Amino acid sequence: MVLTELSMLELAAKLTSGEVSSLEATRACLTRIAQVDGQVKAFLRLDEKGALAAAEASDARRKAGNPASALDGVPIGLKDIFLTEGGETTCGSRILQGFVPPYDATVVRLLREAGLPIVGKLNMDEFAMGSSTEGSAFGPTHNPWDLERTPGGSSGGSAAAVAACEVFGALGTDTGGSIRQPAALTNTVGLKPTYGRVSRYGVIAYASSLDQVGPMARTVADTAALLQLLARHDPLDSTSAKLEAPDYREDLEGGVRGLRLGVPREYFTGGMDPEVEQAVREALKAYEHMGATLVDVSLPHTKYALATYYLLATAEASSNLARYDGIRFGLRAKDAKGLRELYGLTRERGFGPEVKRRIMLGTYALSAGYYDAYYLRAQKVRTLIRQDFASAFEQVDALVSPTSPVPAFKLGEKVADPLSMYLMDVFTLPCNLAGLPGLSLPCGFTKSNLPIGLQILGKPFDEARLLRIARAFEREHGFVRRFPTL
Amino acid sequence: MPVNDFQPVIGLEVHAQLLTKSKLFCGCSTEFGAEPNQNTCPVCLAMPGVLPVFNQRVAEFAVRTGLALGCTIKKTSVWSRKNYFYPDLPKGYQITQYDQPICEWGTLTIDTPEGEKTIRIRRIHMEEDAGKNVHDAAVGESLVDLNRAGVPLLEIVSEPDLRSADEAVEYLKALRDVLVYLGVNDGNMDEGSFRCDVNVSVMRKGETQYGQRCELKNINSFRFIKQAAEYEIARHVEVLESGGKIDQETRLWDTQRNETRSMRSKEDAHDYRYFPEPDLPPLHVPDALIDEVAQGLPELPRTKFKRFMSQYGIPAYDAKLLCAERPLAEFFEACTQHYKDYKKLSNWFQGELARLLNESGGTVSISTLKFTPTQFGELLSAVEKGTLSNNAAKDVFAEMFREGKSPEAIIAEKGLAQVSDAGAVEAVVDEVLAKNAGEAEKYRAGKKQIFGFFVGQVMKAMKGKGNPALVNELLKKKLGD
Repeated sequence: MVLTELSMLELAAKLTSGEVSSLEATRACLTRIAQVDGQVKAFLRLDEKGALAAAEASDARRKAGNPASALDGVPIGLKDIFLTEGGETTCGSRILQGFVPPYDATVVRLLREAGLPIVGKLNMDEFAMGSSTEGSAFGPTHNPWDLERTPGGSSGGSAAAVAACEVFGALGTDTGGSIRQPAALTNTVGLKPTYGRVSRYGVIAYASSLDQVGPMARTVADTAALLQLLARHDPLDSTSAKLEAPDYREDLEGGVRGLRLGVPREYFTGGMDPEVEQAVREALKAYEHMGATLVDVSLPHTKYALATYYLLATAEASSNLARYDGIRFGLRAKDAKGLRELYGLTRERGFGPEVKRRIMLGTYALSAGYYDAYYLRAQKVRTLIRQDFASAFEQVDALVSPTSPVPAFKLGEKVADPLSMYLMDVFTLPCNLAGLPGLSLPCGFTKSNLPIGLQILGKPFDEARLLRIARAFEREHGFVRRFPTL
Repeated sequence: MPVNDFQPVIGLEVHAQLLTKSKLFCGCSTEFGAEPNQNTCPVCLAMPGVLPVFNQRVAEFAVRTGLALGCTIKKTSVWSRKNYFYPDLPKGYQITQYDQPICEWGTLTIDTPEGEKTIRIRRIHMEEDAGKNVHDAAVGESLVDLNRAGVPLLEIVSEPDLRSADEAVEYLKALRDVLVYLGVNDGNMDEGSFRCDVNVSVMRKGETQYGQRCELKNINSFRFIKQAAEYEIARHVEVLESGGKIDQETRLWDTQRNETRSMRSKEDAHDYRYFPEPDLPPLHVPDALIDEVAQGLPELPRTKFKRFMSQYGIPAYDAKLLCAERPLAEFFEACTQHYKDYKKLSNWFQGELARLLNESGGTVSISTLKFTPTQFGELLSAVEKGTLSNNAAKDVFAEMFREGKSPEAIIAEKGLAQVSDAGAVEAVVDEVLAKNAGEAEKYRAGKKQIFGFFVGQVMKAMKGKGNPALVNELLKKKLGD
């Protein structure tokens, strides 16, 4: 087997046995990146020196029999939304080009402490606004399964890098599906934990009440192992849960016998790609076969989720992005005369069209005279959506649905039509509105060899069960170990 | 201008900087006067990715203030974002409280020429301060200092219950006294840690509908507040009397020209796009905290002032002076435990103590005094008992103030003890009368005006330490009066 195709835990085992060193694994990643990233364009920046130094340190720890964590020495990539001390962080935006943060995000610190070499920063839709990674100011990322197609977004760089075996795993963020949708489109596993499960400190904010950091990997067990390193209370994030994390790998092989899996009616109402629908239906059958009971459930307010999401997310974004004003960091319009023009020109030049569109939408939604009709109304609908899920979870242990209504679409196909792009998140974003955990795992391929993803949604802080359900399917079906030819 | 036909209506919004050691949402120091941008971190600089963490101390201060002003403390209050662009506002929004503040509906009583008056306080909320822009015209540059960004403030909003510029000033003074007493604010208007916006309108007497109001922004002295409010009242009356209409606007007080100037009109008023802060959960104030703060609440200046008059029988003037500062009042009370002539004690506070404090040029304050209330009491008792003359007592007191020694030690050291031993004094009197037998004869013959001469001679012989009363008494006796 090719070294870079190992799972994180498989590599960790070889690191423990001494069969492979972290330095070798890290070099293998760098070589693979040199070979394929010219086509995939997952990376915005590499940190060869930093990664090799971390690998060397890890090897020394392993040698001394003193690994820092289960994944000590396993090379990883980071979405460029995570601040890395001393390393440029742009969030896919021209407005932050050249910005070198003075501190590490909490999750970055945790990964460093756990000994994972960070190979580089991965492409994304600008400020995580988008579903195709075409919104990056630095050009799109290509789907390794079909280079003419998008890997999804906004964590498209993370998904593509993991799928193309450029790194063993990656971190993404998910505000409306930005981990799960690209995972589905690239045959990888992506988990959006419960809101508050993982610290947001040092993660560039898009929509604060919806954003959540999560792991992306090629296997469910890797996803669990990565989550294990991240899930903990952070006093620097006031929305971080004061809750001890369970051992996510302990019960991973427990199966689904006796579990009740809800099939939300509203997620199967047409408009879905027939091949996606078929693959998901087959996955449901497989679960039944494995001993789970399928239960028809209703989430009646699903149809309002998209509108609610785009009001609340843009409202928060319009405020969160106000700090990019050319005064303290990042881009500054040099030729501006006066303060107003400095703001105007800096933001005009620094932000891309989708970011501007969302700032405008959010500003409008919060404006005097419109607040009650839009923002406040959306908050109320959000409560109804939460209640939908709460009542569904009185009947079932988890919900199962497609992740994305369609497989990977062609680059450029939806760029001119923002609304059709927004529809890519229709199955994923209700989970963010409710703050619930959601996972996407591979469940098949279309005839033209495009990955299809299955989404599993759970109760708050029920990540362990989601992983167990996902693992049961993964064990039964071998899709995950298929790799794109590049 | 017939201002008398009109009734001014004034409401105040006070911003008080809280005396916490660290900022509202990060651990940076709040100390005034540091090098520009020294007291900053990624959080208060609003670097990408940072998140606010609430400084719980601030809730305690807000509750203390709320309880002192008789407010209802809200068990749950909510943080909001107030969005606007300004270079010294690093996040592009201010974290503040909007529709659900921590305290509501309190009162503050003030004195007016017509007697006591109670002003309603609508709300008290917590918020963060902005930084400061420094415009360097010489270089043509504007610089930003964010040391103050994120410093915690209380905004205390009154109802428009004030009816004159004088009342507004009275209210502000009373409020400042309370905040300083509570230890939540230093009352320093020069450094901007106590500042206010004044809302002024006028209406014709007898009317019930308030007139259109103008807001006077950030005025930083009692004198300017009075001037600005009076100017604004007169301006409104003039406009209305000449058939004009007052536009709602924000105005500035121009200290050079002594006039208010328009800053922005309602048309270009900001739309702050308030919404609940998603990075901070609602703030819950537990009953235990409210109880604890209530337990530790000090006696407030007004209550103390009234008690001083009744308990110590001192005049209002004295009580006001003694209660002006909490440490002074507390020191006075401590001294009353050791000396019971309260009016005389008060005189010493206003006379010698005030003089020495003043002469120290601020290097000594009540809280750094070197002598104790017990020693102060001993000193005054010595005067009372006649073991020390009043003049000598002043010297001893000055020495106590400087060196912190006990009065006993100083008296002994300098040999200032008054001689009240009748035998000793009598011996000297006899000696003086014997030496000046001729003069004594003249006195007895009726030349009574030379009595002072004998006193002087005795005192001289006793190096000033003779008890004057005793000297007088014995002289008169011996001279046959």
